[in-house]
Amino acid sequence: MPPISRGFFGRRRDEVDPSRVPPGQYVVRDFPVLSAGPTPRTPLDEWSFMIDGAVDEPVSWPWEEFRALPSETFTVDIHCVTKWTKLGTTWTGVPVDALLETVSTEGDYVVAWCDGDYTTNLALEDITSGQAWVAYEFDGEPLAPEHGGPARLLVPHLYLWKSAKWVRGLTLTIEDEPGFWETAGYHNHGDPWREQRYWSD
Amino acid sequence: MARAAVLERLTPIAWRVATVEAVVDETPSARTIVLDVPSWPGHTAGQHVDVRLTAEDGYQAQRSYSIASAPEAERLELTVERLDDGEVSPYLTGELRAGDPLELRGPVGGYFTWRAEDGGPLLLVGGGSGVVPLRAMLRHHAARQSDADARLLLSARTAADILYRDELESRPGVRFTLTRERPQGWTGFDRRVDAEMLTAVGPDPAERPRIYVCGPTAFVESVADLLVALGHEPSAVRAERFGPTGG
Repeated sequence: MPPISRGFFGRRRDEVDPSRVPPGQYVVRDFPVLSAGPTPRTPLDEWSFMIDGAVDEPVSWPWEEFRALPSETFTVDIHCVTKWTKLGTTWTGVPVDALLETVSTEGDYVVAWCDGDYTTNLALEDITSGQAWVAYEFDGEPLAPEHGGPARLLVPHLYLWKSAKWVRGLTLTIEDEPGFWETAGYHNHGDPWREQRYWSD
Repeated sequence: MARAAVLERLTPIAWRVATVEAVVDETPSARTIVLDVPSWPGHTAGQHVDVRLTAEDGYQAQRSYSIASAPEAERLELTVERLDDGEVSPYLTGELRAGDPLELRGPVGGYFTWRAEDGGPLLLVGGGSGVVPLRAMLRHHAARQSDADARLLLSARTAADILYRDELESRPGVRFTLTRERPQGWTGFDRRVDAEMLTAVGPDPAERPRIYVCGPTAFVESVADLLVALGHEPSAVRAERFGPTGG
């Protein structure tokens, strides 16, 4: 049993539906920024999105072609491992399913790689079947650089470090290859509902 | 950004019940909490812990706080800034007192860290309470008698807001800047961090310093951009941001 914190009552938010807040999280109204280095700024004419690795033929889309792909606008709750949860965020982007349909692969995992050299690993089963997007708009506006613009991965059912900012590609892999935070003490999978924050959770 | 080198996989990151040994007021809005943590596994300067409070009815709240003490110190210290609309920081800086239990787990974070064996030169840039993990690095530097060139630029609103002022002033290579006032006799900088200030503090990008920037989001965004524009390698700049929400 955790010890009672004498004199602590907490600040419950009646307006928040508790079934939407994973354990240990609290709801914010603003949009905090977390990243491990400077914000990269890649000009759009040098930007492309690539699917490579364990695939028959790598595919890549320059920015204009990527923006011309069929997109979806969707509203999801997002959960950062640093404890904040933001409810009802609206994004526009390309479903990862549509991107992966263009290749055939024997891989079961991907490494998402980014400008700024950030990486994160994901199992295909976590980013297919309508669970992930490469998003380039937030709330109807182009995604701001500090939030990952021009485009970021969005995998809202996992902690937000899996939703790689400044994403530039997915590399299919046969083996699971832990990424940046996954090799720095954080959980390999990162399910907020099971509070998988750190490697030993 | 360099790939984080170390797999921090020695001791499970489990909740422990620490005991508050002392609380020390640092500024009108920040307090250091000195903790006795049973079987603390040790930490690296720059890491943080998660703190969890539990109300009588079982309601819990968690937040992360940077470790202020060196790995060599006998007691773990956290310095917490009170956010007036916060949920946890007003408790930690107000109600909590010596003898209270405090549940925490860690250490957490394997990237925003510095070990003496990493060497220098070292440039630390802190905004407000963003100096806390940087102070752990400087204390580690001192405890290990490191000869690495280490410099700190600390930005605070007013002189009264400068954390650890006496301790930091006793060190070489420490500069302050104030953004909201210029007290009589002030010899530090008196403006927001800009390129000229970073150049004056040094080291030169050609010396390839390891750089650690910690503070509010807007501060870190601005300083990191300035550093890259000055010619520092983006991968040499490690950032830790905290938003206005939290605490």
